[in-house]
Amino acid sequence: MVDVQRVLAADGSVVGAVPDMSDCRLRELLVHMLRVRCIDERMLKLQRSGRIGFVGSTLGLEAAMIGSAAALGPMDWMWSGLREGAAAVMRGLPLDEYVAQMFCNSNDTAKGRQMCNHFQHAGSHYPSWSSGIGTQLTHGVGAALAAHRRGLDEVHAIYCGDGASSSNGFHSGLNFAGVWKAPCVFVLVDNGWAISVSSRAQTAAESYAAKGRAYGVPGVEVDGNDVLAVHGVTAEAVETARGGGGPSLIVLKTYRMLGHSSSDDPTRYRDPEEVAAWAERDPIDRYETFLLDRGVLEAGGRERLAAATLAELDEVIRTQEAAAPMSTRTLVEDVYAEVPGHLRRQYNDFARIQESHGEARPGEGAFPL
Amino acid sequence: MATLTIVQAVNDALKSVMRDDPTVLVLGEDVGPKGGVFLATEGLTAEFGIERCFDTPLSEDGIIGTAIGMAMNGLKPVAEIQFQDFIFPAFDQIVSEAAKLRYRSGGQYTAPMVIRTPYGGGIRGGLYHSQSGEAYFCHTPGLKVVVPSTPHDAKGLLIASILDPDPVLFLEPKALYRSVKGEVPEDSYQVELSTLREVRAGDDVTVFCYGAMVPVAVKAADQAADKGIDCHLVDLRTLLPLDEEGVLEAARRTGRVVVVHEAPRFCGYGAEISALIAENVIEYMEAPIKRVTGFDTPFPNTLEHHYLPDERRVLDAIEQVHSY
Ligand SMILES: Cc1ncc(C[n+]2csc(CCOP(=O)(O)OP(=O)(O)O)c2C)c(N)n1
Ligand SMILES: [Mg+2]
Repeated sequence: MVDVQRVLAADGSVVGAVPDMSDCRLRELLVHMLRVRCIDERMLKLQRSGRIGFVGSTLGLEAAMIGSAAALGPMDWMWSGLREGAAAVMRGLPLDEYVAQMFCNSNDTAKGRQMCNHFQHAGSHYPSWSSGIGTQLTHGVGAALAAHRRGLDEVHAIYCGDGASSSNGFHSGLNFAGVWKAPCVFVLVDNGWAISVSSRAQTAAESYAAKGRAYGVPGVEVDGNDVLAVHGVTAEAVETARGGGGPSLIVLKTYRMLGHSSSDDPTRYRDPEEVAAWAERDPIDRYETFLLDRGVLEAGGRERLAAATLAELDEVIRTQEAAAPMSTRTLVEDVYAEVPGHLRRQYNDFARIQESHGEARPGEGAFPL
Repeated sequence: MATLTIVQAVNDALKSVMRDDPTVLVLGEDVGPKGGVFLATEGLTAEFGIERCFDTPLSEDGIIGTAIGMAMNGLKPVAEIQFQDFIFPAFDQIVSEAAKLRYRSGGQYTAPMVIRTPYGGGIRGGLYHSQSGEAYFCHTPGLKVVVPSTPHDAKGLLIASILDPDPVLFLEPKALYRSVKGEVPEDSYQVELSTLREVRAGDDVTVFCYGAMVPVAVKAADQAADKGIDCHLVDLRTLLPLDEEGVLEAARRTGRVVVVHEAPRFCGYGAEISALIAENVIEYMEAPIKRVTGFDTPFPNTLEHHYLPDERRVLDAIEQVHSY
């Protein structure tokens, strides 16, 4: 059996060593977790009213993503598995770019080309996931090796889900990282489900942490709804990696409270009692109790913080919803550094037909050949 | 006869063969209790049990590799790949193993199996939930590649694919899953593989299409008819092995050809149709062959309606070859 690392019990009482952090820093963790939850709530609302296409909810995962990402330095990279977008906001992804990506409008840095929920922010070293599960793991390992070879002090945090642990990328990623002693940390978010497949059906291993052992990568299991435990364990792993001690595998045990995405109906495949049991272990409630007990948060503080975030978000949403769609020329741009001749001709043929229907917008005309 | 959607017809075909043949089983991600993300396998676990319709770990390579082993040892697996975009981790197993097994063993071992997968755009799925990868697989001798566009064909072609002695990639146009309804016989029946379907007879321009491009081509042909151009519309429905004679005959009939597909153009399926016609019946051609296709770019998201050939672009090509 693997021990599960924990600092706070589900009721917020302290059962482990509280990391040495200032009150201000402790409070910040709550602020960021609340932001994750508010963003999720608003995006789901937009989706339900048909204003955006689809949402991969993060409800219940706030401590896992914030606790781990907060342990990274500004030069470190985050390789997202799927649901870490709101943690990227904490690290520097501007809220308006986040919302623009959900609307896939002309302010989206990926130019509206990706589905919603595929955030990126080069400024804080956050490439988007592709959609293909597991492909980012080896990228992260390669980038970590590159950092080492170039003498950079970076650590690469590589996120993936319990489902992704079955992908080829997971096995190659852990294996290569182990062999190379690459400066990276694997953060496996075991949220109980890979769409409708239970995380218990994904592997016969006694724990996901045990998988690291086979690759010479130490594995540790953490209560993923305990932001302090997640933060402490990740900080230690990051320090080890940065000091040349090689990679580790951190398994965050948490729970995806809603469906896989806004298109999924989880009642088809899971027991409502299981969901109810996890609701009792809510990561924000737990941490709020801890902060209140410690006098770091005042009564009503959580509500005020959430209201401020929601107001800020609503303003951003208003602006982004009004933004223009992408220009049609982006259809053929960025495929290569230069738009090659055959793509110019394909686009021009399209533009000719658009124009014949009076539908070409300014700046969307033919490319010079 | 029941009126079914394409996804219901797929489900009906699976139930039908599973009732008739206890060696048929279904595996894939989320195909069990959830019934698949598009509900194509809904009710199968309830009716046939978890041993005949079951969820796998998240590994396409694992799904296809193990399905090959099952097929080599007496079962008839129908593997679902959740989106065709996610088939590539299994590319090696499909291309190097399933497709070559009969050949390399001199017929001692075979892999009679079906890989079902939703493909194509039109659902705002962006780069990785929209692609049409048929050309990669049509370049793979040993595979069969089948694409239905109606509920009737979906059932009949899927049953024929499962009963076929060779590995079949069964591409389901997800844009049509629920948008097209049609009459489907309740009994089991087969639509013979490698046969064409004449969607509409006409003498002026021949339009070849398949999958989700069939209804687009039908609309374009309707609009062409308003302009006095009579289109002969052919649904290819099995891409490999292709009914080459049927294609040549249809091309000869009008001497003017348009090929429509949503996949990129370069080295796409339309190139094969054009070459086949050019090599064999060029003397009958009255106009250059035109292809209407997706752009030679990755699949976009917000602009997918421009990427995908629409009736305007198909009609434009029909008019060009007609007036040549
Ligand atoms: C290669 C590949 N196969 C299938 C899918 C479809 N798919 C998207 S997310 C997902 C489940 C992922 O589960 P997990 O890794 O646990 O992440 P979670 O959704 O729980 O965050 C699946 C099967 C995909 N995106 N990529
Ligand atoms: Mg999961």
